[in-house]
Amino acid sequence: MAPEPSILAVSVSPHIRSGESVEKIMWTVVACLLPPLILSIFIFGFQTLIITLISVASCVVVEAVSQKLLHRPITIKDGSAVITGLLLAYIIPPGVPYWMPILGSVMAIYVAKHLLGGIGFNFFNPALIGRAFLVATFPVAMTSAWLPPIRHASIFKYMGGGVDAVSTATPLYVLKHYGLGAVIEKFGSISTIYGNFFIGWRPGCIGETSALLLLLGGLFLLYKKYITWHIPVSMIGTIALLTWAFGGERAFGGDPLLAILSGGVIIGAFFMATDYVTSPSQPTAKLIFGVCIGALTVLIRLKGGYPEGVCYAILLMNPLTPAFELWFKPKRFAAQKGALK
Amino acid sequence: MNKGLLTFPKGGVHPPESKELTEHLPVEAVPVPSQVDILLTQHFGAPCEPVVKKKDQVAEGDRIGDVEAGLGASVHASVSGKVKNIGFAAHPITVRAPCITIETDTEAPPRKFEPCEWSSLSKEGLLAKIKKAGIVGIGGAGFPTHVKLSPPPEAKVDTLIINGAECEPYLTTDHRLMLEHAEEIIEGAKIILTILGIKQAHIGIEVNKADAIEAMMEAVSKASLNGFDVKVAPLKVKYPQGSEKQLIQSITGRKVPGFGLPFDVGVIVQNAGTTKAIYDAVVLDKPLYEKVITVSGKGIKRPANLLVRIGTRVSDIVSFLGGINEDLAKVVLGGPMMGFAVPSLDVPVIKTTSGILFLTQDEIDTSPHGQCIRCGWCLEACPMGLSPNEIGIYVEGGQAENTAQFGVFECFECGCCAYVCPAKRPLVQFIRLAKMKAKKSM
Repeated sequence: MAPEPSILAVSVSPHIRSGESVEKIMWTVVACLLPPLILSIFIFGFQTLIITLISVASCVVVEAVSQKLLHRPITIKDGSAVITGLLLAYIIPPGVPYWMPILGSVMAIYVAKHLLGGIGFNFFNPALIGRAFLVATFPVAMTSAWLPPIRHASIFKYMGGGVDAVSTATPLYVLKHYGLGAVIEKFGSISTIYGNFFIGWRPGCIGETSALLLLLGGLFLLYKKYITWHIPVSMIGTIALLTWAFGGERAFGGDPLLAILSGGVIIGAFFMATDYVTSPSQPTAKLIFGVCIGALTVLIRLKGGYPEGVCYAILLMNPLTPAFELWFKPKRFAAQKGALK
Repeated sequence: MNKGLLTFPKGGVHPPESKELTEHLPVEAVPVPSQVDILLTQHFGAPCEPVVKKKDQVAEGDRIGDVEAGLGASVHASVSGKVKNIGFAAHPITVRAPCITIETDTEAPPRKFEPCEWSSLSKEGLLAKIKKAGIVGIGGAGFPTHVKLSPPPEAKVDTLIINGAECEPYLTTDHRLMLEHAEEIIEGAKIILTILGIKQAHIGIEVNKADAIEAMMEAVSKASLNGFDVKVAPLKVKYPQGSEKQLIQSITGRKVPGFGLPFDVGVIVQNAGTTKAIYDAVVLDKPLYEKVITVSGKGIKRPANLLVRIGTRVSDIVSFLGGINEDLAKVVLGGPMMGFAVPSLDVPVIKTTSGILFLTQDEIDTSPHGQCIRCGWCLEACPMGLSPNEIGIYVEGGQAENTAQFGVFECFECGCCAYVCPAKRPLVQFIRLAKMKAKKSM
């Protein structure tokens, strides 16, 4: 006699599912974000790894505690808190004290994510909120804890705390206050700058410097269809165009490539502005969203008080996402025939 | 291979086809079971009333239930024997339904059918034969065929589409029918064209059934078409290619308006299996009381394409195929994208059953769902341009009544959204709930 079925699963169709899952998406993003971390150890020293580990660990802990407090299922295994932890560390200077990312993670995960409803309901990018909070509360550390790339010294050079040891200025700071000539004086000839900046050899936040490695990760996400090209292309394109037009001493005399390779343009365009819940879903909306972020970035860089504007540009656009979703809806299959609108 | 083929532009998914389990297996007849449960609701419309009494003797093909008024189709005895009971039985979709149970008389000789000439029959005569045979759309919806073939006079129908897309994974019934009964399907198409008084028919087949395309093309070239224009249309493999609206757009480029019907754009669609049933009804005078189904999945000992009597219980089919495997986790009547999961094997086959899938744990996904992460994949996958993500969130937030704005009533529940959802959200379930609640609040 054939075996009798014990208990049959019964559910509404479909009965098969694609192999994709939230965990798979999130952990793939984590993997795409790891190469810049490894490089940052050699550029800024071993303490970047420690800062990042503290940031990731505290984000995961804060996520678990938040969900416990709010009586929600604990979902730390899905990897989304790990991404926030990585991104938060990547956009703070390499010379900050070790306790700083812990504060940032509380703001990012508890306030900006879970108090707003958890994954899928936050309307600001949590990591960027973490950074904005730290910039507002510890402006000195967050705007001066820059370290020059290590050349011939040990990667453990800044272990005791970088700010006091040595501090430098970011290219965007130099550009904003002293002009392109000063940038070339400080960072070498323009071709050297392009090369070094592309690889990541420049002062900046922990994980934002390597355009090369971030692009590779971003391209892999595009290949996996986890993100689309619309936001990165329109955002980077707008920054290049507007910087070229308005960023120089005369009209159309700005350096678009330098603008893209400085600050957090690449990490912002591929890993932050594309965050699912804080960006629109429709292609046209994505293009406009990207253009707006790009324009705001250039506006802040050229006219605002900060040398870098990617963080606030994305944060300013994030809460407009629900409006974009209302303005741009998927095109229905066909016009309605009868009533029932 | 898929380049330049006919298809619909918006949405759709590419689930693993899983047709290799049965696509090469010829249809085999299942022995007559010892009893059958003929459900009285096998179609779209009102349930049938029994026209026999308990203990009556019935012969194979006898009409045993009929619909007096309104939409419906009669049901027939699929075996010769005695009416054992008129009561209720398990229904694959509505859970429980009125039913006539017949105990088979194993001595009774099988009924024979002789072909007859149909070309002299009038349109009304042909429709009457189809109605009498209880034909419904056996591809899934179960809409009474004689009604579908009588579009209102103001509809300017000019095109017939025979649906051989069979886009659901696993299922190979239309595939085998087109291979083994190509001539009958062409003849059935000619009958439908005669009824509609039009000339043009397209037979849409996904290119993963290359042998069926070849067989149908050969049958078309050999058939005496008498002025009918019948063409085979190879289609791109993309689910839900076989959905009526998508198929019409793929082949004719026309878009059926929201809440409209195919005849609004001059098209009538008939499934390949239904077309074969129409041939049987008109040429052989044979009622619809047996049909070809695919039995597949890793949970059954021997996957097969079977000719079964309507009313045969799934358990009888399981014993015929040597039993189930131990890791069986889910039994689905229909395809994996739109079929219905059943809780037991006591369910009988009905006219619209296109397959029975015995799925194991590694073929299904029962992981719990999470919150919507707003990846937007469902928006991309939806062939109707709806917003399943919003509908799901509204339903969870107790706002199911307000989901018409996202097109909930245009949804035909193809399941593409839930298939791609990385958070494993039961979007089709949310949508069904939304439809129920939104309808109530209207």
